[in-house]
Amino acid sequence: MTTVETASPDVGDRSPIVNDFSLVVATANGTGSQTANLTLLRTFFQMGIPVHGKNVFPSNIQGLPTWYHVRVSEQGYVARKESELLIAFNPATLDADLRALPTGGVAVLRDDVHPTVARDDLTVYRLPVKKLLEVSTAKGKVREYLANMTYVGVVAWMLGAPLDVVEAALGVQFSGRRKLVDANLEVVRAAFDWANEHLEKRDPFRVAPMNATAGKLLMTGNEAGALGSVFGGVSVAAWYPITPSTSFVDALREYLPELRRDEEGRPTYAVIQAEDELAAIGMVVGAGFAGARALTATSGPGLSLMAEFSGLAYYAEVPAVVWDVQRVGPSTGLPTRTSQGDVAFAYRIGHGDTKHAVLLPSSLEECFEFGWRALDLADELQTPVFVLTDLDLGMNTWMGTRFAYPDEPLKRGKVLTAGEIEAHGFARYADVDGDGVGWRTLPGNVHPGSAYFTRGTGHDARAAYSERSEDWLENMARLARKYETVRARVPAAEVDQVDGADVGVVYFGTTRYALEEARDALAAQGVRFSTLRLRALPPGPEVRAFLEAHPTVVVLEQNHDAQACTILAGEFPDLAPRLRAAAYLDGLPYTAGFVAERLRPYLTAKEA
Amino acid sequence: MDRAQALRANAAGLAKADYLGNPSTLCKGCGHNSIANQIVQVAFELSLRPHEVLKLSGIGCSSKSPAYFLGMSHGFNALHGRMPSVSTGALLANHTLHAIGVSGDGDTGSIGLGQFKHLVRRNVRMVYLIENNGVYGLTKGQFSATADEGQELKYAGLNDYPAVDLCLEALAAGCGFVARSFAGNAKQVRELLKAALAHRGTAVLDIISPCVAFNNEDTSRKSYAFGRDHEHAMQDLGWIPPQEEIVIEPTEPGEARVVGLHDGSKLALRHLEAGYDPTNKRMAAERLLRAEVEGEFLTGLIYYDPSRPSLAETTHVGEAPLSSLPDEALRPTPEALASVLARY
Ligand SMILES: Cc1ncc(C[n+]2csc(CCOP(=O)(O)OP(=O)(O)O)c2C)c(N)n1
Ligand code: SF4
Ligand SMILES: [Mg+2]
Repeated sequence: MTTVETASPDVGDRSPIVNDFSLVVATANGTGSQTANLTLLRTFFQMGIPVHGKNVFPSNIQGLPTWYHVRVSEQGYVARKESELLIAFNPATLDADLRALPTGGVAVLRDDVHPTVARDDLTVYRLPVKKLLEVSTAKGKVREYLANMTYVGVVAWMLGAPLDVVEAALGVQFSGRRKLVDANLEVVRAAFDWANEHLEKRDPFRVAPMNATAGKLLMTGNEAGALGSVFGGVSVAAWYPITPSTSFVDALREYLPELRRDEEGRPTYAVIQAEDELAAIGMVVGAGFAGARALTATSGPGLSLMAEFSGLAYYAEVPAVVWDVQRVGPSTGLPTRTSQGDVAFAYRIGHGDTKHAVLLPSSLEECFEFGWRALDLADELQTPVFVLTDLDLGMNTWMGTRFAYPDEPLKRGKVLTAGEIEAHGFARYADVDGDGVGWRTLPGNVHPGSAYFTRGTGHDARAAYSERSEDWLENMARLARKYETVRARVPAAEVDQVDGADVGVVYFGTTRYALEEARDALAAQGVRFSTLRLRALPPGPEVRAFLEAHPTVVVLEQNHDAQACTILAGEFPDLAPRLRAAAYLDGLPYTAGFVAERLRPYLTAKEA
Repeated sequence: MDRAQALRANAAGLAKADYLGNPSTLCKGCGHNSIANQIVQVAFELSLRPHEVLKLSGIGCSSKSPAYFLGMSHGFNALHGRMPSVSTGALLANHTLHAIGVSGDGDTGSIGLGQFKHLVRRNVRMVYLIENNGVYGLTKGQFSATADEGQELKYAGLNDYPAVDLCLEALAAGCGFVARSFAGNAKQVRELLKAALAHRGTAVLDIISPCVAFNNEDTSRKSYAFGRDHEHAMQDLGWIPPQEEIVIEPTEPGEARVVGLHDGSKLALRHLEAGYDPTNKRMAAERLLRAEVEGEFLTGLIYYDPSRPSLAETTHVGEAPLSSLPDEALRPTPEALASVLARY
């Protein structure tokens, strides 16, 4: 058996690699490493360096392997990237983790583990974790958690992160609770000092202060979406727990009590944990009908249960907001892995003919903005609005620009008062304004003519039951007009058109990070293409224009069946021959290298 | 209804005709029609203001009936078995509404049993009517979960499974107002409806409501004939408006008793069954189980417990409905946003 000992490749002439690397912490689920990982992440952030943290975790509470990736990037790239630095704290995956490191990589190992893999091309540091923990008097579970702080100390030493910054990061992590900060800092310092004394820095990786995080924050997409919803005036939320959407509602339940109370301190909201997703969407639809701003958050399996209600809400024209934090299906599928696999389902969810408004946020800023905007759109358009994020955006820690306060007042849509009914009359589904959206009334309206009977059954403009073909067709024609209103109101795509480029790439959501990094890398090689980032469905006129401007349009998406590509083909059948599907999903977020390879066949043809 | 009554105004300034809905499209003689008529009568007698009433239903013949009463009240004909969740949401949005939900035995006992029990468990304030005919009327006569074990029907064949007792289910789920009635006993239906409307929580009324098209053979325990011959009313009921003086004369075999309801009104129960105490949950459960074993058709107030808070109380929302809150109450200030972001 070969064992790696404190080895050191001949790296004497390697120049320092500053603020540009990826570090992976390998641990077992349930060992409490998250605090340590976030402390590292925040330490770099506080040093002004762009960072991103990605948790690759199993569907398990305790024991199975977990990897936390920290990407540090001077240029601000935050896509997943194969790690050069490994903190190997999980004996079960030690060998595989070591094998995965590139030549010139670094491994920090506990001194009580013995890998069978020989890698003389790595720098290896050994860490006496038990000995370092002697400074702490903590016992049991807490002591186990504190063991993770030893790697925080060694990484700080190795990369050159000042201890006072680590201390500040711990302060944020523990919301300033001094005792906890001190207990953790004690171990960090012990490891740092020990490393300083006993280890010799032999690797090229470093961090150095920058000024790239001023005005920025670190948050998860679920937190940002929940916060946006709170500022969008959500007043009823109903949900059923499911990873990766649970932390969205956890965040709601953290922000709401703090931000939303009346003068007497009573809540201006209600959050109900339903008995299943079917009931959750039923509550949202009931609340939306009665005039609340209502939302639910779920993931694919839950969305499946919402199909019948989604169709009803579309036809009965009831506002509702559904956040779908996508994971890999079917059913349980890969429940803790990311995907864009619900796009087609969400877009068409319901029986009969339905095409829904689907928002596709890609960043913290958009999660926040779409949080309030989705509630506005639902009320304005009187229809369910689906916001599709994914596990990667929802649960991982991203850097974002401090959110702008909503720049528009709340929009409550077309709701008639008793006085307005008196003046103008009321017919629920009459297209008074020519935009396909009728005026509604809320229960409780005192006007004797305000009542109507909401139903999924065929109805005429006055909401009266009708099986007449003419009424059905008229309603469908109005809904088609309404769909054009939806198209005009949802967020437009972001287009970057390159002069003379024959190839355009369409992408959305978290695909942007790898795509945008790959685009820069390819541009550096002289390979250029246009891009369009979809921010919603239905696609607007700018998407048609983009298709018209490029003979080849590659649609890059994180699923297997090319769902968005198919939707675009259906929306623009005359331009469908230009579309090329580049769908791929293995449960892990894309890397820039992968995306570049994926796009190359289309690009080399003409562009290279 | 005679013309004079149709035109006479109540305290809300409305005539009985104002509480009508569209003409019923259900079969002539359907029990559901007679229940809809009682709802109209009760709404008139109580001078309900139509804009304060919300009608809800699932899917079925029974669930169609909200179109046939209270045409000046908002209504929501939801999905099969899903009225409870829609009601929960609507009443979270506006807890000041008087909600009347109409469901069927298939709607509640089969597809919707889960939602039904959870609605009851949350104690959403509403009158939950089950128009129970033992079959799926609208899909033409299949057995529902409340059909008797061993019953035979021409189309549906033999029912091999025991009946679900929806009163027992309500009781088990924590319901504070459980009653059973018979569409053929109009007076009892009315008195129970009035009491149910006063209850600040879920009031479940399981009303045997014969389906004349598919389940009205004299041998069927959900038929008019069977109900007329076998109904065993546990009490004589009299609803007493708030502020009205109560005179009750105890008569054998049970003693008389008055139960105070949430809105100050009262329900006088002249017990026809000695020793039955509708505020005793264990007794209620035992009585329902005994009725099942002995094949009795019990009606009346089976259980009453006003103590549990309603969902609106549990969520601690203020008096104003969430749906009516002004924008300032819904969107926190820029300073509030800044203070949250400062933590990140
Ligand atoms: C999801 C769904 N499944 C099936 C149906 C068909 N369906 C309509 S009504 C009904 C049964 C209604 O029975 P019940 O609730 O007892 O009402 P009744 O007609 O007897 O009053 C069924 C199965 C439906 N509308 N929706
Ligand atoms: S089929 Fe039965 S339940 Fe339906 S309307 Fe006719 S009698 Fe009533
Ligand atoms: Mg039935």
